[in-house]
Amino acid sequence: MKRISSSILSAVCVFTAVLLTGCGSKESMPAPSPDSGSSSGSAKSAPRVSLIMKSLANEFFKTMADGAEAHQEENSDTYDLIVNGIKNETDLAAQVNLVEQMIAQEVDVIVIAPADSKALVPVLKRAKEADILVVNIDNKLDAGVLEQAGLTVPFVGPDNRVGAKKVGDALAAKLAKGDKVAIIEGVTTAFNGQQRRKGFEDAMTAAGMSIVSTQSGQWEMDKANNVAAAMLSEHPDLKAILCANDSMALGAVAAVTSSGKTGKVAVVGFDNISAVQPMLQDGRILATADQYGGKLAVFGIEAALQILDGEATPEDRTTAVDLVTKETLAETAK
Amino acid sequence: MTTIRKLFAEYAAMAGIWIGLVILFGVLSEYFLTTRTLGMIANQIPPLTMLAVGMTFVLIIGGIDLSVGSVMGLSGAVVGLAMVDWSWSFYFALPLAVGVGALAGLAIGSLSAGIRIPSFIVSLGMLEIARGLAFMATDSQTKFIGERVEGLTTPIGGLGIAPAFFIAVTAVTVGQLTLGQTAFGRRILAIGANETAAHLAGIRTRIYKVIVFAISGACAGIAGVFFTSKFQSADPNAAVGMELSAIASVVVGGTSLMGGRGSVVNSFFGVLIIATLSSGLAQIGASEPSKRVITGAVIVAAVIMDACRGRWNPFRWWKRSSSEDNNT
Repeated sequence: MKRISSSILSAVCVFTAVLLTGCGSKESMPAPSPDSGSSSGSAKSAPRVSLIMKSLANEFFKTMADGAEAHQEENSDTYDLIVNGIKNETDLAAQVNLVEQMIAQEVDVIVIAPADSKALVPVLKRAKEADILVVNIDNKLDAGVLEQAGLTVPFVGPDNRVGAKKVGDALAAKLAKGDKVAIIEGVTTAFNGQQRRKGFEDAMTAAGMSIVSTQSGQWEMDKANNVAAAMLSEHPDLKAILCANDSMALGAVAAVTSSGKTGKVAVVGFDNISAVQPMLQDGRILATADQYGGKLAVFGIEAALQILDGEATPEDRTTAVDLVTKETLAETAK
Repeated sequence: MTTIRKLFAEYAAMAGIWIGLVILFGVLSEYFLTTRTLGMIANQIPPLTMLAVGMTFVLIIGGIDLSVGSVMGLSGAVVGLAMVDWSWSFYFALPLAVGVGALAGLAIGSLSAGIRIPSFIVSLGMLEIARGLAFMATDSQTKFIGERVEGLTTPIGGLGIAPAFFIAVTAVTVGQLTLGQTAFGRRILAIGANETAAHLAGIRTRIYKVIVFAISGACAGIAGVFFTSKFQSADPNAAVGMELSAIASVVVGGTSLMGGRGSVVNSFFGVLIIATLSSGLAQIGASEPSKRVITGAVIVAAVIMDACRGRWNPFRWWKRSSSEDNNT
C-alpha cells in the first residue's frame, strides 16, 4: 500500500514538473514568436518545417518521408525538417496530437497528409491561428468543412481521378466493348480512394464496358484477394479487375492465378510500388499509375518554402500522375 | 457405436451451421455451390486454420495470444529477407521463418509462465515488437520474391486445391489427436480446468504453458509462410488484426475462453464458417458495412448456439414439457 501511494506521488510530481516546464517555455518564448511565422525567410534561422504523415509503416508514406529527408539533407541550409507519422492510418487522435505538439514547438510550416479529410480541420485552424503556414498533401481536406471553418489551405498533390482514368483507358484499349469488369476500391471513406474509383468508372463507361461489381479491398492484399476470388467465381466471364492500389492488385493477381485464369483476366493497379514491376514485365499486371510518391512531400515542402518567401501565392497545385506499363518501363530503361 | 454417436454429438452443431451457410449462399448465388468456389475457400483458409490450431491450445490452458497476426507478418518478412536479401533457397528460409515464430511464442510463454504475468499483456507487447521487427526486416516495403516461393500454394492440377490446405488439415488432425489421445493433451486440459489442482497432482504446469505458446508461435510462423507463398511477396502489413479472426474462429468452435475445454476440429469448423461467410458475402456483392454487421452477428449467434448445446437438451425439454402436460 505504502509503495503504491509513493509511486502515485512521484508520478504526480513528474507530471506537475512537465506541466510547469511546458508552461514556462511557452511563457518565455512569446517575444520572438509573433514575427517568426511570416518573416523567418530573411531572419536569423532557417524555417522549421514539420512533415506530418499517415502511417510510416505503409510503404507509400515511408517512401514519401524518405524522399523529404533526402531533399532536406541536400538543402540543409534552407530549412530544418521534423518528420512524424502515426501508427496506423485511421488513428486520427494520434495525428491531431502530433499537430498540437508541432504548434507547441512553434514550427514555421506544417506539411500534412491528413488521416481524415474533415476531422483534422479544427486543429489545423488552430495552427493557422498560431501563425503557422499549413500545406496539405496526399489526401485533400474537405472543401466544405474548410469553408465552414473559414480556412484556406493550399493542396499540393496529384489528381487521382485523372490518374485512374489514364490506367482505365490503357486497360480499355486491350478489351472489347461490352466486356465485364470489376473494381476493387480502397477504404470507402478515403477521398483519394473515391477519386480513383471515379476515374476507373469514367474510363470504363467511356469505353462501353460493363462494371458488374464494385467492392472494397480496404487497401489490403489479403482482403482484396478474397474479394477478387469471389468476383471471379460469381462472374466466370470477367475480363478485368481494376484495383485502387498496387497491394490490392497483387492480391487480385494471386486470385486470378489460383482460379487458373492467368492471361484471361487483366489486372491493373495504382501507385507503382516496387513489388509490381516484375508483374508488369510478365503481363500479370497490365498497368499502374505513378504519382511520384517519393516526391509528393518534397513538392509540398517546396511550395511551402516559396509561399514563405513570398515567391508564390498559397493556391492549389496539381502534380503529375503518369501511366506505367510494360512499354513505358522499356522506354525509361533505354 | 458409442464413439460414432459421441463424435456426431461433438461436431454436429458446428458442421450443421457451416453446411447451413453453404446452402444459404448456394441459394443466393448461382455460382456459389461449385467446386471452383469451394476450392477457392479451401485455398484461402490455410493461414487462419494454422492460427486457429495454435490458438485452441492457448485458450485451453487459459491463456490468450494476441501476437499471432504480427508474428505471422514477421515470419513472412523473414522469408522475404532471407530469400531476397540473403538469396537463401525456400527450403532454408522456411524453417527459419517457423523458428522465428516459435521463438516469439517461447518468449511469451516463458515470461507469462515464469514471472506470472498475464499472457494477455505479454502477447500484446509481442504484437507490437513483432510488427516493428517485420517493418525492419522488409524496410517497410512489400518485397517481391517471385515463383521460387510459390510451391506451397499452387493448386495441384485437376484438384484445384493447394498443398497448403492439406498441410493445414494435417495440422488440425494432429492437433485433435494430441489433445484427445495423448498425456500431453490431457495434462493441458487439466491445467486449463484447474491450474492449482493440476500442479498439486504433479503436473509441471509452467513447462506445458511454455510449450503451448511455442506451438502457437510456430503455427503463426507456418501461416506467415503460406501467406508469403500465396502472394509471392513479403508484406510487412500482412495479417494485421488476424489474431481476432483466429480467436473468433476458436471461440465460435466452442473452446472456452476460461480454459479447460476445447476442440481443434471444432475450431476448424469455426474457420470454415468465417471463411464461407466472407467469400459468400463478397460473392453476393454485400456492401462493406453489412458484411461487418452480418459477420459479427453470426459469430455471436454461433457462440449462443454452442452455449445452449451444453445447458439445453431438446429431449429433456420435450420430456419435461410432456410430463407437465400430464400433470395438468
